Amino acid sequence: MRHTIAALVENRPGVLTKVSGLFSRRRFNIESLAVGVTERPDVSRITIVVAGDDTVLEQVLKQLNKLIDIIHVTKLSPKNSVSRELALIKVGVDSATRSEVMQIVDVFRAKIIDVAADSLIVEVTGDRSKITAMEHLLSQFGIKELVRTGDIALHRSSTTAEDIANQGEVN
Amino acid sequence: MTNNITGAKALIESLKKENVEVIFGYPGGAMLPIYDELYDADIRHILVRHEQAAAHAADGYARATGKTGVCFATSGPGGTNLVTGIATAYMDSVPIVAVTGQVPRSLLGVDAFQEADITGITMPITKHNYLIKKAEEIPRVVKEAFYIASTGRPGPVLIDIPKDVTTDLLDFNYPEEINLRSYKPVAAVNIEQLKQAASLIKASEKPVIYAGGGIIISHAAEELLQFAELIAAPVTATLMGKGAFPDTHPLSVGMPGMHGTKYANYAIQESDLIIAVGARFDDRVTGKIESFAPSAKIIHIDIDPAEIRKNVRVDVPVVGDAKTVLTKLTALIKQHQPKTSRWLGRVNKWKKEFPLHYKKNDMIKPQYVVESIYELYPDAIIVTEVGQNQMWAEQYFKYTKPRTFISSGGLGTMGYGFPAAIGAKVGRPDATVIDIAGDGSFQMNSQEIATAVQSEIPVVVAILNNGYLGMVHQWQELFFEERYSSTVIEESVDFVKLAEAYNAVGLRAVKPEDVKPILKEAVESGKPTIIDFIIDKTENVFPMVPAGAAINEIIDLE
Ligand SMILES: Cc1ncc(C[n+]2csc(CCOP(=O)(O)OP(=O)(O)O)c2C)c(N)n1
Ligand SMILES: [Mg+2]
Repeated sequence: MRHTIAALVENRPGVLTKVSGLFSRRRFNIESLAVGVTERPDVSRITIVVAGDDTVLEQVLKQLNKLIDIIHVTKLSPKNSVSRELALIKVGVDSATRSEVMQIVDVFRAKIIDVAADSLIVEVTGDRSKITAMEHLLSQFGIKELVRTGDIALHRSSTTAEDIANQGEVN
Repeated sequence: MTNNITGAKALIESLKKENVEVIFGYPGGAMLPIYDELYDADIRHILVRHEQAAAHAADGYARATGKTGVCFATSGPGGTNLVTGIATAYMDSVPIVAVTGQVPRSLLGVDAFQEADITGITMPITKHNYLIKKAEEIPRVVKEAFYIASTGRPGPVLIDIPKDVTTDLLDFNYPEEINLRSYKPVAAVNIEQLKQAASLIKASEKPVIYAGGGIIISHAAEELLQFAELIAAPVTATLMGKGAFPDTHPLSVGMPGMHGTKYANYAIQESDLIIAVGARFDDRVTGKIESFAPSAKIIHIDIDPAEIRKNVRVDVPVVGDAKTVLTKLTALIKQHQPKTSRWLGRVNKWKKEFPLHYKKNDMIKPQYVVESIYELYPDAIIVTEVGQNQMWAEQYFKYTKPRTFISSGGLGTMGYGFPAAIGAKVGRPDATVIDIAGDGSFQMNSQEIATAVQSEIPVVVAILNNGYLGMVHQWQELFFEERYSSTVIEESVDFVKLAEAYNAVGLRAVKPEDVKPILKEAVESGKPTIIDFIIDKTENVFPMVPAGAAINEIIDLE
C-alpha cells in the first residue's frame, strides 16, 4: 500500500535530515519526498509517499509527530486531496520519430521545453499514473534521462498553513 | 534584563535560571570562554576523566533525583566521547542536557581542527538538538532544551555552541514562557479509552500489571500500588520499572522476560489481560513476539503514542501520563470486587514452586554478595554495570522505592554503572550508593576513580569478579559449545592496587564470611572504595529464556 503524508515543518536547517534520517533508521520505505517553503516563510511543507501497511503508516505518522520541528502531520487520502508530480524526460529522436513524440506530448497535454538535434526534453505534469504511462510510451524512442519531483499534494479543505501553524496542533 | 553580557555568561545565567546545581564536564579549546565563566559561578562543576563519564554521571544524577542532569564537553572528540552516554540516556528516557563547544562559525563545515558535526551525529539519539547560530538565541534555546528534556517522554537534548558565539555580546533576558508550537507533550486522556480499559479490567479473571520505567518517571508509584491492590492483580516490573512497585509486596512477581522470574513469565503467558503501564514491550521482555501472552487482551498505557502498537497488538490504547491515567482508572473502577482470587492462588503456587535460587559452596556466590548488600543497606541506591552482575543485582536485592535501582536497560552500556553512581551520589549525598559491577564493565570507566577521589564522592564499587566477560561467556557455554572466544580476562588487573594508585580505598574478599564485614568497612570508610569480590566463576544467571524463544520456555538450574 502507498500512502501520501503531508507534514508542515519549521523551516530550519537540518529538518529535512531529521525526517529522512527517521525514515532510514526505522526502515520505512520512502517512494518520494518533496519539500518546499509554504505561504509562510517560516514553515515548509514536506510531501512524502511511503509504502507499507496500516501499521507502518501509523508508526510513520507517530514517529514524525515526535520530531520537535514537525508542526503538523497528516495522511492525505486520495478522496480528500489532490496530488501532482512533475517529470522532465529527455527522449532520443530523429527526423523519423520526432513528430510521433510530439503527438504523444500533445495527447498528454505535456510540453516540449527543449529541442536538440537528436533529443527533446518533455515536461509532463499529472498524477503518478499519468507520468508512468507517459514514461512507458516514450521509452520505445529511448529515454536518455529522466527526473521526477515526487508527489506534492494538498488537502482539499480550506485550511491554510497559517491556521495550522498558529494552532500548533498535531495529529 | 542584563545588557551586554557574553554568550558564555548568558549560558551560565540561563543554567542558573533552570536551577542547575551541578555540571559534569571536561574542558577544551572551544569551551574556554564557558569554563572561564564557570570559574567563579556558584554552580558546582565535577571534572570527570572521560566525557563518556560526564554523560553517564549526568544521567545517574537525573535518575536518582528526577531532575535534569547537565554535562559539558568540548568540540570534536569531546562531543563524540559523549555519544555513548547520550544514547544510553535516550534509550532509557532520561532527561539530560548536554552542552558542547563547537568551532567558530566561520570554520563550520571546513573540517576545521576539532570540528565534528555533533548535531548530525546525535540526531538519532537525542530527543532534540540545537546548533546555536547567534548569541541572542542562548536563553531561549536553554529554556526550550530543559523543557523538552524533562517533559512528556523525557530524553537527552544537546546544545552545540560555536566558540565565537560564547564571546559575542547580547542583552540577556531569560524567557518566562515557552512558545513551541510544534511540541505539545501532554495530551488529554481519552475518556472512552479509559472506560474501555476499566471494563476489560473489571471482567478480567487473570490480569497482570506490567509496569515499566514510566511509573518512576511520572512519580506514579503510589498510584500504581493503589491500583494494583484495588484490582488485586499481580505486578511484574521491568528492569526500568524496578522500585516502581515494592518487591516485598505480596502482589509483586518480579521481573518479566529473558532473566525474569519463572512466575512472572508464567503469569504473563496464562493471563487474560495485560495492563502495560509506562513499558514498551522490549524484545528482552516479550521473547518470541508471536507467542507472547497468547490468550491476553492488552491495555497499553503510555505517554508516547508511538510506543503503542509498535511491537505488539493492542486492544485498548491509552495515551497519557501514567500518574494521571492510573488515578482516573482507579476512580472509574472504584468499589470493584476483583475476581482474581483463584488466579492469585495459582500465581502464588508458582512463586513457591519456582523461587529464584542458587547453590552455596565455600566460595563467594555473587547472589550472596547482593543479598548481603540488601541485608546491610536495604535503603541504598543500587547502580549496576551490564552483564551477569546487572541481573544478579536485579534479582537478589529487594527494591521498594523508585529511583533506587539505576541501570542501563535499553542500550545495555558496560561502563555505565560507575560514573552513573558518581552522579547519583552527587544528587543524593545522603544515600549509600553502591555500584554492583562486573570486572569487565568496571574497566570501561575505571579512570573515574580519579573523579570520585578528587571531588570526594564516596561511592562503593562492588566488583563481582569472575574473571570473565561473564554474560557473553554464559552464552558461549550454553549455545556455542563452550568455545570461549575472547571472554576470559582473569588475573589481568589487581583492582585493589588500582584503587590505591588513585588514592581510593581498595578491598578484597575471597571467602563468604568476609563479604559483610568488607561491605561495612567500605561504606563506613566514607571514601570512594573499590571492593574486589572474587566470586565463584562458574556461576551463571538463571532462569533464562534463550533469545527468540517464548518466555515460558525457560532454562533453569536443576
Ligand atoms: C560497551 C559494551 N560492549 C560490549 C557489550 C557486550 N556485553 C554484554 S555483557 C558483557 C560482559 C560483561 O562482563 P563483566 O562486566 O565482567 O560482567 P559479568 O557478566 O561478568 O558480570 C559484554 C561484553 C556491552 N553490553 N557493552
Ligand atoms: Mg565478569
